[in-house]
Amino acid sequence: MNSRLGLAALGAAALAVVLTSAPCAALAQKSGGTLRIYHRDNLPSASIHEEATISTVMPFMGVFNNLVLYDQAKKLNSDATIVPDLAESWSWDATRTKLTFKLRQGVKWHDGKPFTAKDVQCTWNRLTGKDPDDFRKNPRQVWWQNLKEVSVNGDYEATFHLNRPQGSFLSMFASGYTPVYPCHVSTKEMRTNPIGTGPFKFVEFRRGESLKFVRNPDYWKKGLPYLDAIEWRVIENRSTRILAFIADEFDLTFVTDVSIPLLKDVNSQAPKAVCEVAPTYVSSNLIINPGAAPFNDPKIRRAMALAIDRKTMIDILSQGKSNLSGVMLPAPEGNWGMPPELLKQLPGYGGDVAKNRAEARKIMESLGYGPKKTLKVKVSTRNIPIYRDPAVLLIDQLKQIYIEGELEVIDTSIWHAKVTRKEFSVGMNLTGVPVDDPDVNLYENYSCNSERNLTQYCNKEVDKLIDQQSQEPDRDKRKKLVWEIERRLAEDLARPIIYYDRAATCWQPRVKGFVLHHNSIYNNWRFENVWLDR
Amino acid sequence: MSGYLIRRFFLMLVTLFGISVVIFVMLRLVPGNITDIIFDSAGFVNPKQKQRIERELGLDQPIVTQYARWIGGLARGDLGYAYVSEKPALQEIAPRIPVSAKLAGLALVFSTLFGVTLGVVSAVRQDSTLDYVLRVVSLSGLSLPSFWLGLLILMACVQWFGWIPIYRSTPESFWKELGLLALPAAAVGFRSSALVMRLTRSSMLEVLRQDYVRTARAKGAPERSVNYRHALGNALLPVVTIVGIEAAFLIGGLIVTETVFNIPGVARFLVEAIRWRDYPIVQNLVMFIALIVVLVNFIVDLLYVALDPRIKFGN
Repeated sequence: MNSRLGLAALGAAALAVVLTSAPCAALAQKSGGTLRIYHRDNLPSASIHEEATISTVMPFMGVFNNLVLYDQAKKLNSDATIVPDLAESWSWDATRTKLTFKLRQGVKWHDGKPFTAKDVQCTWNRLTGKDPDDFRKNPRQVWWQNLKEVSVNGDYEATFHLNRPQGSFLSMFASGYTPVYPCHVSTKEMRTNPIGTGPFKFVEFRRGESLKFVRNPDYWKKGLPYLDAIEWRVIENRSTRILAFIADEFDLTFVTDVSIPLLKDVNSQAPKAVCEVAPTYVSSNLIINPGAAPFNDPKIRRAMALAIDRKTMIDILSQGKSNLSGVMLPAPEGNWGMPPELLKQLPGYGGDVAKNRAEARKIMESLGYGPKKTLKVKVSTRNIPIYRDPAVLLIDQLKQIYIEGELEVIDTSIWHAKVTRKEFSVGMNLTGVPVDDPDVNLYENYSCNSERNLTQYCNKEVDKLIDQQSQEPDRDKRKKLVWEIERRLAEDLARPIIYYDRAATCWQPRVKGFVLHHNSIYNNWRFENVWLDR
Repeated sequence: MSGYLIRRFFLMLVTLFGISVVIFVMLRLVPGNITDIIFDSAGFVNPKQKQRIERELGLDQPIVTQYARWIGGLARGDLGYAYVSEKPALQEIAPRIPVSAKLAGLALVFSTLFGVTLGVVSAVRQDSTLDYVLRVVSLSGLSLPSFWLGLLILMACVQWFGWIPIYRSTPESFWKELGLLALPAAAVGFRSSALVMRLTRSSMLEVLRQDYVRTARAKGAPERSVNYRHALGNALLPVVTIVGIEAAFLIGGLIVTETVFNIPGVARFLVEAIRWRDYPIVQNLVMFIALIVVLVNFIVDLLYVALDPRIKFGN
């Protein structure tokens, strides 16, 4: 009897194992294959640290590792989703001004040299301009302004010494923009022939044609990556590349390359494709040269703020899908955005557009402008549709308050040079935010000493508030400080955000293990967990 | 004849020198240089770092020194380094030339073959239904921009065959490459063929009304012999001129076609290099294209003699 029972139990257990393992087997990751992705343009260089464009981050992030990283499998980046990478663990001292990383041992660079704490020290010395072989361009130097020095303790421990506590210091390490570079490779070499510790080795970059990466067989995460290779083809014409994706030439589109109107075409012609609409965390923003009369008058700037009808712009440009937003991306994707009830109170955000514009016209009339005496202004922007389209709508809206705008399209390659030289009065610009964190966004775009503060807006009080929120350990208090900064920025019309765009990224159903991040486009391109179910 | 050839050779050298000066100066008159563009992708400009790069690239030198350095290098076969990729310019340019040359050659063959044949048919069958159809086709060829035609071809291929004829990697065989380049060549050659067709038609009609053609017919020469032996040879002279000019203009058509069909040719690369103010690439490529145009014109001049014995290169 007992043996029968035992046999029955054994049989049931075996059946259970078979039944439960069957679906698992169906979902087991398959190794091999080449992931084919198209690239939208000709990337400037392979050096992530020297560029501020997704065009470089997306293909090259897989070559590298960070100290820590945003979890590639979670859609939303937050402090809670930061996971170890080259650092096995990290700890703060009691004063919260020393951050120590315990580094992984046995990791090798793609050229076979060992990874050590010296590489970490060297990377951040280059980022802070302390290394003789510093970066030719250093767009995120302001991120590390609070970093005093990096010390090493042996080969596998590195400590970052800060001038003052900074709550979100760790989040900057987790961005795709913050890989660890090898100390023994020059910054020049890294622009053309990058060496990393990551899952994919760089093979070839044919300008205007293709990029190729192959699996790193010595990757320190055993069994990863699943893919044998990743091949990118540069297709600058958007119609061609979308048609090529529809024709199944590619497994994945470039991130957020499928605009809302184009998404309908993709859905109808490639119904099996998986498409996700997400915020790009790239804002369309208005830049005003505060040194150019009459825009040095805060009254005019306020009138302009009141004239903007953001909802109409969003309805026309993205069929209502983009985010009405302040400086920080709003919920549900954003962690720090102003709640709608507070946002409404900012100038130009209130619901009654007619009332706002009536107030704006009164301001303009008090300054001597009216239907017979309009203020003539050139609205400058890059010669790219995503810049031009909102600029055209802005001109139309400014007409309502006696401002007669004329569109000035600038050759895209010299846009930043012209803006830096202040050769504009009013402009329409786009700004991407790599990490959903106030320090990254506020220091980079609004602090007095940031090189990427394009309008060179400088308000010492706002700077103090930015420092204050940066040191605030209590998250709720910090949020309130951030919203106060947002209020001041809106009142000063400091690079006001018109909207944060949303667009789709699509992939073929055979692409597995890929998770699109929804509050940053810059942080999820490691591709080590991606596999092809062919 | 030899005197003419020597004169033409020196004239070619003078033309190339003029072009080298014009392109060199014009590039430097365009607002912004490579350092502005290098910084553009970083979203800011740092004046100190910008100066450092300008010094490294020799852009802080007087313009005459820069020109002398470039021409001196060119004479030695040293094309310099591409600013963007930091690779030798020759290494960047050389692999792209055959791709564009094949595309341009194929487009030229397409335009000449179709243009001349259909032009003759249209003239011989003047005012017939076929003539009207061909005239409409030629008008549409002149009116349709090649980028639009290219996109229509791509959309049709995706819609009907689920396949897109874009360039992926270098094809393994000549025939595969021919197959891949045929559609873009047709897109870019369609406009030229329309032009050649119209010119052939009008030229043929003019010749067919000449006395010697009437005489040939009166003597009882077969219609085929009159049209193709007596008339076509003389009607081709202006056609050869226009084909020569079109060969030079083809580069303009290639730019958009290479972009739409994603062909890694020299024309698209040139536009990209201009956008990046990559002076070594632009200067050397323009000189190369100028050399081709000058040579094509020279060959056209020589063809005149072959086609029309009345033309002689005298004093």
